[in-house]
Amino acid sequence: MDPEGDHYPRNTPGNAMESVVHLHAAVALLGRFPALAGVDLDVARGEIVLLSGANGAGKTTLLRVCAGLVPIVRGEAVVLGHDLRHDPRPVRHRVGLLGHATGLYDDLTVEENVRFWGRAARAARADVEAAMALVGLDGRLRTVAAGKLSAGQRRRTSLACLLARRPELWLLDEPHAGLDADARDQLDQLIVQAVSQGATVVLASHELDRARALAHRTVELVAGTIVPAGGEPAGGEPGAAAGDEPEHGDPAHGWLEHGERARGRHGEGASHVA
Amino acid sequence: MTTSPPAGSPTAGTDAGPDRPDRPASTRPPAPAHTGSRGSRVLGVAALAAVALATLYGLVLSPADVEMQDSVRLMYIHVPTAVFAYVGCFITTVASALWLRKRTPGWDVLAGAGAEIGLVLIVVTLATGSLWGRPTWGTYWTWDARLTSTALLAVMLVGYLALRRLEDDPSSRSARPAVLGLLLVPNVVIVNRSVEWWRSLHQDPTITRLDPQIDGDLLVSLMLGFLATGLVFAWLLIHRFRVGWLEHQAERLDLDAALAARRAEAGAVAGRAGSAEPSGPSGVSGVPA
Amino acid sequence: MWRDAGLVAQRDLRIELRSRVTTNQVAPFALLVLLLFAFALDPDRGLLERVTPGLYWTAVLFSGLLALGRSAALDEVDGTRDALRLSGLDPAGVFLGKAAAVAAQLLALEALLALGVAVLYDAEPASAVLLLATCVAATAAVAAAGTLYGALVGGFRVRETLLPLVLLPVLAPVLIGATRAFEAALGGAAADGWPWCGLLAGFAIVYSVAGALAYGTLLEDT
Repeated sequence: MDPEGDHYPRNTPGNAMESVVHLHAAVALLGRFPALAGVDLDVARGEIVLLSGANGAGKTTLLRVCAGLVPIVRGEAVVLGHDLRHDPRPVRHRVGLLGHATGLYDDLTVEENVRFWGRAARAARADVEAAMALVGLDGRLRTVAAGKLSAGQRRRTSLACLLARRPELWLLDEPHAGLDADARDQLDQLIVQAVSQGATVVLASHELDRARALAHRTVELVAGTIVPAGGEPAGGEPGAAAGDEPEHGDPAHGWLEHGERARGRHGEGASHVA
Repeated sequence: MTTSPPAGSPTAGTDAGPDRPDRPASTRPPAPAHTGSRGSRVLGVAALAAVALATLYGLVLSPADVEMQDSVRLMYIHVPTAVFAYVGCFITTVASALWLRKRTPGWDVLAGAGAEIGLVLIVVTLATGSLWGRPTWGTYWTWDARLTSTALLAVMLVGYLALRRLEDDPSSRSARPAVLGLLLVPNVVIVNRSVEWWRSLHQDPTITRLDPQIDGDLLVSLMLGFLATGLVFAWLLIHRFRVGWLEHQAERLDLDAALAARRAEAGAVAGRAGSAEPSGPSGVSGVPA
Repeated sequence: MWRDAGLVAQRDLRIELRSRVTTNQVAPFALLVLLLFAFALDPDRGLLERVTPGLYWTAVLFSGLLALGRSAALDEVDGTRDALRLSGLDPAGVFLGKAAAVAAQLLALEALLALGVAVLYDAEPASAVLLLATCVAATAAVAAAGTLYGALVGGFRVRETLLPLVLLPVLAPVLIGATRAFEAALGGAAADGWPWCGLLAGFAIVYSVAGALAYGTLLEDT
């Protein structure tokens, strides 16, 4: 993070088309279910991209993948210059994720929550205080326990935790849900302001009217793949299995290969495991 | 052999090496219908022979011990099973460590196999020890160091296996049991030392008072017991491992099927009649919610 | 790492202060266990005095399970777990912080239980240094191992039953050592107790290191 306090790199012409998110044929699993079945996505710095799609299409998973929380099992994924297939951890402190769960401790007050997460991310004290002010959590609400807040207030507290970190990439999962009209306008303003300072925003939303007005472009996610407008679902070749074969030194190595050779030689018919 | 519910899964993408070129599903060799191989059959025959020989010697040919009478015959099973149970635990720990280092699924399967067979052997150890104790001390259980720490080891193995059973998220399946497996041997060492120290304050009779002068037929019987137990252990381990490996492979194939189904769903939703992509293996099962 | 540990310890203790679970629920539970032992073991025949150290540490262990379960639950809620991973906190620091917070709660609990034992079982303390050292070492051991195993079984719906199953065999040496040390202290033969105290300290160090190393890996499971 930039020690001088301005965390966003300056928008020099050379930076303008810098790729913040690059996904190619990315496959991510939730348990055994391929939530992302081959996603191609490119987001440049300063863009606001809207992810639309039905429930279960994989929007949340896509956002979590960009945050480095969900591993990619096939394909490429590069976010903010970090290769997520190699190690997803370094990218995490540079992104801000506003998810469905709030990440708040119910027994602590709003103030204590935001301060804790702020200090955890090594944010400046001033940023923490400013973040709370920006979402309108000043005054009486600061000393209320998080468990006692309304859903919208909890959302705003989470947002304050995100703002305090001043991340370069904002990943927002249905950020407008639970907020009243004023708060939604406020959020839109915050997004625009952050982008003008060099951040990039990817948001998933069902509020298509409002979000489309806000976003530079919309990307539709259908059943784990990105559907370009009017095109076929993109994605890698099916049947391509990521390297899961035993390596040399793995206990299964000799037996399976030996067995294959033997079966090939003697033509032992065994039923294909379906 | 035990057929536990599908154990392994496609391991998530923290692979160390480069992507391997993929073989299309249609050219993959068919899965084996059984877990035998020439080597394991030879081993099995040898194990059977050793068991027969050990039984012969242990029950019939060797004389009863001067002090312990016929109950010494239980020792020929009790001691080897105890030793090989510890070997099983050792395998679990080493395999867990190697899994954590390399993340190839074979090590995880091996760790589970070692623990399962270890547990079976531990139960035999405890049973034979208990049966031995009855005529010798008049009681089925005594709190001597060996039995107590063996009982604790049994509980630790049960806990480890319970943790493995609970993992239903395959991508993170193995990290937790692997850490637990890694801690198994250190825990056993600490527990054994503590219990021995504790019981030594009370000078309890230990269960293996094998005389240094044990020789002749008694020693032969014991050695045969070791041989038989060792061969059976190896044979069980190999087969259990292979069964586990096949379960893991079966789940991996599901991934291709599920991917194809997901894409087909995308194609259908996008309004295309039938996906333009060739599907993976046919007979695609329904996509889980 | 130490900075993060302090941050997390402070947070956990503050949460405890707010919610008062330990003071309101775990402590009464511990005292209740002491009472139950008295019901089970007939206080009139001098049996209780002889087994006081064992009962004391058994009560501590059971109460510790509750405290550890709660500590693990704090960071297993989906939102906080992700936030922890995203925050850039050093996992080893998080581990040490949580363990320290649990240890502090346990020490307070032990002080209360010591009072309970002195009153209910008519025990007379002697060799206070050994008693104190044993308490500190055993508490550190329980907190370190418990935090590690709490993270190991955390996230499962059956955590409440799995944690005791997995943790208690591991803590058997702690129970043995702490009880022997207390017996030595109460029986006037303090010299016998110090080696056991050493065992406890060794155990605590081993598990602190193991937990610090393993916590990051455990946090990563989706």
